[in-house]
Amino acid sequence: MKFSSLSAACAAMICAGASLSAHAETGKLLLTGGVSSIDGAAGGGLTPWAVIGSNATEGEVGATAFVTTARTKDYGLNVVGASVGIHDRYELSIAQQDFKTGITGTALGLPGLHLKQTIVGAKVRVAGDAVLDADTLMPQIAVGLEYKTLGSTGLDGTLKALGAKREGVDLYVSATKLFLGQSLLVNGTLRATKANQNGLLGYGATLGGGSNNSYSLQPEFSVAYLISKNVAVGAEYRFMRNKLETAGRTAGLGNGLRSEDWKDVFIAWAPNKNVSVTLAYVDLGVIVPATTANRKQTGYYLSAQLAF
Amino acid sequence: MKKSLISLVIATSSLLMAGVSFAQTAPQNDQLYKAFGEKAGLVTLMDDFMVRLLADPRTGPHFKPANQQRVKEQLVDQLCVLGGGPCVYKGADMKSAHANLDIKKSDFNALVEVLQQSMDAKGIPFRTQNQMLALLAPMHRDTITVR
Repeated sequence: MKFSSLSAACAAMICAGASLSAHAETGKLLLTGGVSSIDGAAGGGLTPWAVIGSNATEGEVGATAFVTTARTKDYGLNVVGASVGIHDRYELSIAQQDFKTGITGTALGLPGLHLKQTIVGAKVRVAGDAVLDADTLMPQIAVGLEYKTLGSTGLDGTLKALGAKREGVDLYVSATKLFLGQSLLVNGTLRATKANQNGLLGYGATLGGGSNNSYSLQPEFSVAYLISKNVAVGAEYRFMRNKLETAGRTAGLGNGLRSEDWKDVFIAWAPNKNVSVTLAYVDLGVIVPATTANRKQTGYYLSAQLAF
Repeated sequence: MKKSLISLVIATSSLLMAGVSFAQTAPQNDQLYKAFGEKAGLVTLMDDFMVRLLADPRTGPHFKPANQQRVKEQLVDQLCVLGGGPCVYKGADMKSAHANLDIKKSDFNALVEVLQQSMDAKGIPFRTQNQMLALLAPMHRDTITVR
């Protein structure tokens, strides 16, 4: 999908959400729709939660739009996206990631290489109410999918040689619980995925054989402490698939394509019902350590969301 | 993979254990009641709450036709009981009290927001507010009539 058509789609989603929500005020409690994850689904920053995005509660339709930028030692990531939340039950999302490969692109003879990934997501809340069921342990549970496509670039040949595809589907189940009396939110997500580095290095790998090309299950965790009505601080830990390492080894790259788990600590602030800003320190482990001297990709993450 | 699954099991079970102690049950002491300024504190809180409920365009229409003095008294008794105070709630149960009203989840949430404004105005700390809200929130099952 071209960037312009994606922007048009985002704009259409926001307009749809805005015009629908213009009929009535949307009435979710502050921050209970989460923020926008890098893949577009409502949640934390790196992982989706069981919450449905936007300010829409039961019987309402709402929308969100977001921009996110992250910088690590060797890489940069910009994301734009939007979502629609329907009746606090269904969520549709779209996101476009633009990954600046920096030194790695140069080392591959592709200076200035940007990888562009489009993610279309759908999520359904299947049970529970994360916020109001404060007298039970029952969390809010949602299932979702993320259909990811990686745009064609000079990296296509390398991915083909590794046997990695340029499209893939992640499936996940999330459970979110707000322990209201303790002002503590906890989320656990289990993702079935073939994505290498979240899909930026393709999906699966046939080189090296074995189970490199099959789905693996990856857990993701978030905790957030509510300091006040409109400020939350927390941390996330996302286990990452590391199947490209074997393919890289077979290709003679040693552990040069190894990946490691993603982590962050964040602060999210909602100055009002329609705006939230999230700042995080991220540690994405090594990303193509072959060309980055094994440097841990630590850095910052900044995201702003509009919600209606 | 095996390592991830083991961590998942450990994390899940520790979350569950944490949850057992986190799930809200009736208070065993009157700390929360005291934190809300006992009976006098609850009366001034509910006086302020009713003024705000009537003024807010989302909640006003629901409370204008009501016997406001009676609603305030019942709210005082209810929060007093929930906070572990020496009160008895003599009103109707939540389900029958709301059965004839059109209350959506957005109405319930609007009421929570207005209560938060009142608690803020009375200087009740955020964590203390949440302890009370955690006891009130489950009432959504009986008070929301339009699903």
